[in-house]
Amino acid sequence: MAQVSETASAAVQVLPSLRTRRRFWRGELQGSEYTWALAFVVPYVAVFLVFVIYPVVYGLWMGSDPHLYTELFDDPVYQMTIVNTVLYLAIAVNVKMFCALLLSGFFMRSGWWTKALLMVFVLPWAVPSMPIFTSMHWMLNGDYGFLNNALWTIFHVNGPAWLDTRWYAFGSVIVSYIWKWMPFWTVIFIAGRMAIPQEIYDAAKVDGATGFRAFVHINFPLMANLYLVCTLLSTIFTVGDFNTPYFISGGGPAFSTYTLATLGIRDAFDLSQPRLGVAAVMTALPLVIPLVILLMRKLKTAQVQL
Amino acid sequence: MTTTTAEVGRLTAARPIDRERMRRVARRWRLVKNAGVALLSFALLVWTLVPIYSMVMVSLEGHDDVFSNVIWPQYPSLHGYWLVFTEGYWYLEYFWHQFGNSVYLGAAVTFFTLLIASLVSFSLSRMRLRHGWLVSNAALLTYVIPQSFLAIPFYRIMQAYGLTNNIWSVIAALVTFATPYAIFIFQNYGAAIPMELDESARIDGASPVQIYLKIYLPLMAPALVAVGTYALLLAWNEYLYQFLLLSSKQSMTVPVALAQFLNSDEAPWNYMMATAVIYALPPIAVYYAFRHRMTSGLTMGGVKG
Repeated sequence: MAQVSETASAAVQVLPSLRTRRRFWRGELQGSEYTWALAFVVPYVAVFLVFVIYPVVYGLWMGSDPHLYTELFDDPVYQMTIVNTVLYLAIAVNVKMFCALLLSGFFMRSGWWTKALLMVFVLPWAVPSMPIFTSMHWMLNGDYGFLNNALWTIFHVNGPAWLDTRWYAFGSVIVSYIWKWMPFWTVIFIAGRMAIPQEIYDAAKVDGATGFRAFVHINFPLMANLYLVCTLLSTIFTVGDFNTPYFISGGGPAFSTYTLATLGIRDAFDLSQPRLGVAAVMTALPLVIPLVILLMRKLKTAQVQL
Repeated sequence: MTTTTAEVGRLTAARPIDRERMRRVARRWRLVKNAGVALLSFALLVWTLVPIYSMVMVSLEGHDDVFSNVIWPQYPSLHGYWLVFTEGYWYLEYFWHQFGNSVYLGAAVTFFTLLIASLVSFSLSRMRLRHGWLVSNAALLTYVIPQSFLAIPFYRIMQAYGLTNNIWSVIAALVTFATPYAIFIFQNYGAAIPMELDESARIDGASPVQIYLKIYLPLMAPALVAVGTYALLLAWNEYLYQFLLLSSKQSMTVPVALAQFLNSDEAPWNYMMATAVIYALPPIAVYYAFRHRMTSGLTMGGVKG
């Protein structure tokens, strides 16, 4: 980020070679160099204008008719969708992040067993979403799915038809989401823990803080900012998560498990009402924009390393 | 521990019998701890492997096994895989072509993401382009726009310009979403490379292009590998844009073709899962090959947070 290079250059200020650098790099870039510098930025600026700004403006224009929103709010499917989206963000994201934080502590244990287990544990992250979610959809089938077959064979329990009632189906979506994305954040938190200097733990050990107390007094304060930034990022990504609800429950039963992302696509393409679809997606903006602002602020302060 | 031994222990503070007791308590505690670790390990293994086991198992089943209550096929066979390899089922008639499309998509997205992002970060952080922060902040803003939210206007635009069924429209979309993160990582990583290197090359008369090619790129190799892996996995993972933009059998990629199976009345789950396993293998291989690079690269962005 800009700030990082700023601090890096500030750190080098003391070195004697500074004046040379200022003459060559800091001052106005000389003629052809300036052209090159601009030329290097042009491809990205072009991509940004054509594939981000243009669709965003076009989308805002598509969703600008107020009648769309009255139509939307009258739709009972939309009302259920709002409830689902809020629950999805509140439960799936937070349970995932919290478990990831705890598991990252578990994976800090030494020994080959932990390393091998971690290799297996990150597998869901490496498997592409669409095939594995399709497979899970079949696994959750009430009559022939593997889950109920296994429950019956091992425990002689008749599992429910997971995808046939609203809350079982939506619960399945949430659990599948956690399954797929928890490993990624666990790895991020492991790296965060590794960045904490061992001396702090040693000092705490002398003072008698180990295990749980070390977690409360060392890990948590030091990782709180990382945890918050990751949770914000994950929440923003999850608002737009299409694959999980689409492939696990497909919005069923009776249109009760849509989230805003899947509802927007349904309205636009299944119902051929692209404007309505854009409007559905736009109603997430009051939620997303404050999150983005908060994230931007946090990222600025977060430049301080652990 | 009975009360008597506890009392004895307290009374005879430093006697051998007390040390013996402490050792026993410690051993017991270690046992409980190990049992806890074993239990948690077992739970994590089951949690992780059940969906994957289910996918592999179904891919080995025959039609009758699919619609039964077994947890291991009665007659496991590789027939499903054979059908996929020989394109022997009508949904799979273009499988290798579609697989090629997926590879092409992944390679192109990786290449263009690396090219565009490395040029930008070179210009911003090595050449110190004026007002460069505007570009990197704009990039960060893209990073937080959910992809699926832009899908509808993006599709309409591509349709208006006749670019549906053209894999380049998908490449453009995915490069757009992979680049901001790549820029973010490159700038973080590049901050650790001393500017003196660029300067001395410049004094020796190297042009910006030469500095970029001969100094910047080689030094950035670890970050390039990390971001390249990320972009490749992103392209392989993505479904929505491929589904919306690619609808002809010739242009579609494997996940879109796989989803088509679901439209048939009685989906051939065993063939679908065989296709799914084959499609899932390359990213797993890539991931494990570049695992260390990737974690260090990805967390460069995260840990600083």
